[in-house]
Amino acid sequence: MEYTIEMLGIRKEFPGIVANDNVTLQVKSGEIHALLGENGAGKSTLMSILFGMYQPEAGSIKVNGKEVTISNPNVANELGIGMVHQHFKLVEVFTVTENIILGMEPTKGIVLDKQIAAKRIQELSDQYGLMVDPDALIQDISVGMQQRVEILKMLYRNADILIFDEPTAVLTPQEIEELMHIMERLKAEGKSIILITHKLKEIKAVADRCTILRKGKYIATVDVAPTPEHEMARLMVGREVNFKVEKGPAHPGAVVLEVEGLEVSDNRKLKAVKGLNLEVKAGEIFGIAGIDGNGQAELVEAITGLRPINAGKVMLGGNDITHMSIRNKTEKGIGYIPEDRHKFGLVLDYTLAENLVLQNYYLPPFSKNGILNHDEIEKYAERLIDEFDVRSGQGPSTPARSMSGGNQQKAIIAREVDRSPALLIASQPTRGLDVGAIEYIHKRLIAERDKGKAVLLISFELDEILNVSDRIGVIYEGQIVNVSDADKTNENELGLLMAGSKKGGEANA
Amino acid sequence: MHKLKAFLSDDKNQNRLIPFLSIILGFLVGAIIMVISGYNPLAAYSKLLQGAGLYGNLRRFGETLVLMTPLTLTGLAVAFGMRTGLFNIGASGQMLMGGFAAIAVGLLVDLPKVIHLPLAVLVAVAAGALWGMLPGILKSKFNIHEVVSTIMMNWIAVWTVYYFVPTYMMGKYNTESAAIPDTASLRFEWLTNLFNGSSINFGLLLALASALLIWWVLEKTTFGYELKAVGFNRDAAKYAGIKVNRNVVLSMMISGALAGLAGATFYIGYTDNIKIGELPSLGFDGIAVALLGLNTPLGVVLSALLFGIMNAGKGFMQAATGVPNELVQIIIAVIIFFAAATQLIKRWLRYFARNEKKEKANGGEA
Ligand SMILES: Nc1ncnc2c1ncn2[C@@H]1O[C@H](COP(=O)(O)OP(=O)(O)OP(=O)(O)O)[C@@H](O)[C@H]1O
Ligand SMILES: [Mg+2]
Repeated sequence: MEYTIEMLGIRKEFPGIVANDNVTLQVKSGEIHALLGENGAGKSTLMSILFGMYQPEAGSIKVNGKEVTISNPNVANELGIGMVHQHFKLVEVFTVTENIILGMEPTKGIVLDKQIAAKRIQELSDQYGLMVDPDALIQDISVGMQQRVEILKMLYRNADILIFDEPTAVLTPQEIEELMHIMERLKAEGKSIILITHKLKEIKAVADRCTILRKGKYIATVDVAPTPEHEMARLMVGREVNFKVEKGPAHPGAVVLEVEGLEVSDNRKLKAVKGLNLEVKAGEIFGIAGIDGNGQAELVEAITGLRPINAGKVMLGGNDITHMSIRNKTEKGIGYIPEDRHKFGLVLDYTLAENLVLQNYYLPPFSKNGILNHDEIEKYAERLIDEFDVRSGQGPSTPARSMSGGNQQKAIIAREVDRSPALLIASQPTRGLDVGAIEYIHKRLIAERDKGKAVLLISFELDEILNVSDRIGVIYEGQIVNVSDADKTNENELGLLMAGSKKGGEANA
Repeated sequence: MHKLKAFLSDDKNQNRLIPFLSIILGFLVGAIIMVISGYNPLAAYSKLLQGAGLYGNLRRFGETLVLMTPLTLTGLAVAFGMRTGLFNIGASGQMLMGGFAAIAVGLLVDLPKVIHLPLAVLVAVAAGALWGMLPGILKSKFNIHEVVSTIMMNWIAVWTVYYFVPTYMMGKYNTESAAIPDTASLRFEWLTNLFNGSSINFGLLLALASALLIWWVLEKTTFGYELKAVGFNRDAAKYAGIKVNRNVVLSMMISGALAGLAGATFYIGYTDNIKIGELPSLGFDGIAVALLGLNTPLGVVLSALLFGIMNAGKGFMQAATGVPNELVQIIIAVIIFFAAATQLIKRWLRYFARNEKKEKANGGEA
């Protein structure tokens, strides 16, 4: 059997945790190999080892049958291994070409060689159908395009083994579709791909085989085609996972959030929200469906106070909160799970415990007269960690930065949900979470609803919107163009509305 | 061995080890230079320590503490800024303004010591805070980087002193102020006597108390929690409802206040007057002190002590062994170089940890 990558008996410890414990990964040449595992199972760690960013404590790595020591990413590059990180490493003010040749600039006659580089990038882009403009500035292109630049970077360095760490977490459904095609194209050209994703659908769509990890240990490698999704989920979580969201009928009450004629600008000072109207009632989950960039982010940031409001009104429980400070809004009963967890959601250099009290550190029992009570903070953190199954090496005192992506997300959700605000705004709450965690988070959102709280859910995933929401609003070009009951609409109808093809009469509930 | 390896591969431990390794490397490099130039490094270092009073000479040790005092405070000023996300490169100017204000109070009012001295110190602290506040406001209102504005403030401080001292407080020469009266001095006779006539002053206690206070604020209070959150991640701080702009201003004020206090300890505790046209280099040295002290109050105190020892002992070393005292400057430079080159040292540590592991693996198989 021909393996291009063999990682055998890999062990990697971090303070308080064994991230990889005797893990084996064997990737065949020319296959797409998925890596599946719960949040914190050790997937990113294993890939970081393969890419030379960490050194394993035990085990060996073979590339094309030859044992190698990958002491740093340059060695990985030389061995033909490339990696697309979840957070891209691109220079915003450089062009695509400049970013790609960065670190391996042509040495003689810069002008001329840059042109050669641009030409080669164009060729590669054409060859794999990436449609990247070599002369575009990074800051002007979409996240999906930036990801393709990262792919081109690998290809330009002649990588044959491509690692993708949760590439789809930052993409819209359309972009995901395109990425899947690109991967198949890469595979057809003889590249081997390792794909980390939590979405079983994606694994089903493109992967040939799948290796499953659980709590740092190797569980199994399966052929994808004959293995049903629920079986993969079971192997990964160690129990049956319920994909169907269990929920009773909603009992909506009074209007909690009322948005009227809201106008908000985006970062480039262009109008992003254009006279938007919206109502969310107590005891309901209101989902907002829409294609990225139609004003969702600006809407949410305006409601929470992170972004100034140009015109219109925001009412919470009958009080005008349009121009209140963020702190006041929070105290009036807004909880917010932000879309960008590293920007807004966490202070990465704080510990997990410190992050869990980010919204209420100044209140008793966490502090008194301005003096922090670390014991209480830790006790509280321990409860949330336990309740929301936040996994990390050192419990409350784990630095947030060292936590796995999904567990960082769980920490934010725990913090916001546990405060049980009158209005909970959840923006892409389950991004990067494993299926087990998603199931739990959905349950908690529904529990909030059943407690009589209002939940505003923003998600690019129609499945999630349809399954969790009671009512669904479609946002298009800065306006809610349609509102319908979740059980009276479907994916097709929403898809059409999201594309703006049908304006179902300004239904401003 | 396994424990050592695990210890060394932890990033946090690596960070803590770096200052100590840097110091060892600094002295090693110094020793090599001395050997090449034909000196005996052990004798020289022994004299250095002796000169700093570490062998029991209280007067000499008092001088070490005198040198350590303002460095502790400027180090704290810089460290506090760093911890809250600000690079206060203007500690020198803030210190100068603090010292100037203290001298002015010392010379221009006449009060009994119990009031005069505290007043001079408080005014110094306020002047430093004011000098830090302006860049803070510029940063929060107009997004002007504090490095630029604090450097500007340094020069404004220099010229302010240049104008006011000869005009209102001239001493023997028009390049310096008169000496302050004893009622405004941080020196106390009993303290001087305790250290056999050294110029040690009450500023040391103020510096140590400040270190303790800053530690307490940063680690134990909600205020410190907010300041650090702003320093680490402004967006998240804003999200948490923390008033980012207000905290930037406060943080610069506290940093400036510490530097201002440094000015008081230096000018009304040590020199007794103020010269014109001079920016005290102690403010810039504070950057090195903070760096070596990992921006923690305890670290700052220890590294200020080290700098105090080196500077107090170098003259004695030169006199006793002939090793030029500039060598101490070289050692300090090397220490700072390695303390700043953290990535380099970390790579060495990792390399060391890895070899340790290989040995163990081989040993295990045998
Ligand atoms: N640099 C680090 N320092 C300390 N602990 C770490 C570090 N990196 C990872 N860990 C720990 O190792 C474990 C595995 O993390 P890893 O990032 O590999 O998980 P993952 O499988 O990628 O999870 P996710 O799906 O959430 O991204 C986690 O418990 C994490 O807290
Ligand atoms: Mg990961």
